[in-house]
Amino acid sequence: MSRVSQFIFRRRGGSGWHWTDIVTWVWLIGGTILMFGPALWLVSSSLKGPAQLAEFPPTLLPYTQITMPVEGFDNPLPLYTVTNEDGTTEVLAEIRRVGTNAQMVDPDAPEDRINVNIANREPLREIGFATDNYVQPLVTNDFLRFLWNSVFVTTMATLITLLTNSMAAFALSKYDFRGRDAVMLIIVGTLMVPLSVILVPLYSVVSATGLLNSLWGVILPTVATPTGVFLLRQYMLTIPDELLEAARMDHASEWQIYWRIVLPLAAPALAVLAIFSVVWRWNDFLWPLIVLSQRETYTLQVGLNTYAGELNVQWHYILAMTVVTMIPVVIVFIFLQRFITTGIAGAGIK
Amino acid sequence: MAAISKSLGTVVTVPLAWLARIIDYPLRWWQIRTGQGGMAAVFLFPNLAIFGVFVIVPLVLNFLYSTTSGTDIFLPDRTFVGLDQYQRLLSCDDYTRRITCREDQFWTAAGNTLAFVIFQVATMVAVSLITALILNRNIAGRGFFRAVFFFPVLLSPVVVGLIWRWILQRQGLLNLIMVNLGMEPEVWLNDRAYAFTATIGVSVWAHMGFYTLILLAGLQAIPKDLYEAADMDGTPPARVFWRITLPLLGPNLAVVLVLALIKGVQIFDEVYVLTGGGPGTSTLYLTQYIYEVGFASILRNPGLAAAASILMGLVLVVLTLIQLWLSGRKEKAGKR
Repeated sequence: MSRVSQFIFRRRGGSGWHWTDIVTWVWLIGGTILMFGPALWLVSSSLKGPAQLAEFPPTLLPYTQITMPVEGFDNPLPLYTVTNEDGTTEVLAEIRRVGTNAQMVDPDAPEDRINVNIANREPLREIGFATDNYVQPLVTNDFLRFLWNSVFVTTMATLITLLTNSMAAFALSKYDFRGRDAVMLIIVGTLMVPLSVILVPLYSVVSATGLLNSLWGVILPTVATPTGVFLLRQYMLTIPDELLEAARMDHASEWQIYWRIVLPLAAPALAVLAIFSVVWRWNDFLWPLIVLSQRETYTLQVGLNTYAGELNVQWHYILAMTVVTMIPVVIVFIFLQRFITTGIAGAGIK
Repeated sequence: MAAISKSLGTVVTVPLAWLARIIDYPLRWWQIRTGQGGMAAVFLFPNLAIFGVFVIVPLVLNFLYSTTSGTDIFLPDRTFVGLDQYQRLLSCDDYTRRITCREDQFWTAAGNTLAFVIFQVATMVAVSLITALILNRNIAGRGFFRAVFFFPVLLSPVVVGLIWRWILQRQGLLNLIMVNLGMEPEVWLNDRAYAFTATIGVSVWAHMGFYTLILLAGLQAIPKDLYEAADMDGTPPARVFWRITLPLLGPNLAVVLVLALIKGVQIFDEVYVLTGGGPGTSTLYLTQYIYEVGFASILRNPGLAAAASILMGLVLVVLTLIQLWLSGRKEKAGKR
């Protein structure tokens, strides 16, 4: 145990706490709370019912009110702790609320109705999850549709990105042809063309090709990423040409060389690009917002924005769907974490 | 679990393998006829075709759009007006007063963006640098903490915007903290100054992990023997930082600075979800201006939006050239 604490509280050089150690730990622990806290608060809030969401001050954990079936009533009645005038408390069930008064009964003696001022009653609650927040928007609203659209866009865009980018990268790394440098120059030169600069003409191109309000109108403009071509090319350059030559000796076609030799060997770079692509396409917002104007074609991001922009925001649904939108990215994060910690991601960016 | 992923893999790969085999026959024929040059064309074609249609063509068309007027989206339906759109964007009766400009929204958006970029990039670089320096220390759980700061980078801007809108709302978490500290609750996003600060804070929160990683990679590339030598000479830590760490980190710091500038100028998604440009126009930034003029408003004007996007593009081109120049210099420095 002492060795563990010694390890955890390892300090700069000798004994005693240097001020930099204190700054370090305050920064790291504060940072952890700040980075994860908002997301955890979102998850906790998404499990609260609408009534609880409107409360101030909010509770940290989601609660649901305890209800109890009472003789003589069809529906279970919500329970409250009522403070009597003499200071004693008792648990009563509420029948209905009239103005500032509530009509209540003792669950054990349902015959006598008691009038209680609502200031004197506290809801009796236990930790519980309002799972309805998740079920309702998926079942009755369009969120299942949005979810499917997002999955479709992400999968298709990633597959096409991997295929077309790797083909181009193969040609650019393994062939020597006239104009190769020009193609490379165009790709590097447009590496930084941001979407926001070409919004208007891109919209006209997409509408001219009949892709407005189609998921393909979201997918196609994003798939030919210069970043992907560049990344894969750099990796394929490290694959020795001798392997390709040997395959040519055995009468392999160029396509077979690409498909059966270069692609499998480039798997690590393809995996990196696949992860990037999934996160990018899942998170895309501005372009889908412009192309998709019909509700049934919305992706999750656009759908969320639309529902959150309504005059009367139904936060209990929005929060739950935000959590759903966050899930794939959290999974990617758990996978990526190992790369980040070993510094590969850092080296890759450099 | 392994069995599931394996069978899932077969479901995907077997049809793909068949497809690849079928494609091989026509391609073999093509290869015999045209040789390697022809095959290079085949491999390049899909990517370059998509790229050409959806990036290069719009890039050229953008200039044409910026010289036309009207509400139609198709170029042939539009009337040529020369540089009128640019004139409309840039002309003011009195350049010291925004309200006298013909397109005062554009100037508001440009001014807001400038203020945003200055504060956001300064905060971003400072926070990322401190975090990178701390993560570079020999501490327990270093791997865990590195990942922690990267988490928001992966979140979608819409999720980021909604998370913080929920925290900053009237009955939100921040007000809970305020009340517990004995202060008055506020409606944060209804106040111009608070909303502006919130857009800066939220975008730093969302992206600092990315820049921290770049700086951390730079810190780890600094040779350890420099620090050992300084240690032997008994150099005070502050001096080590100013004389060794900062100069050697310089190229990385410059790249981070320019990258953050490029991203900052284009800020849209999370701000649009968080504040929608409000209250009033206090968080209206350039990309939102372009989006609203070109698509969202009733009196949409694609030509004006194109002209504004070209002006923004010019700023980005300058920044990108600086970035390429810097990373070129960094590569050279690395080789030396």
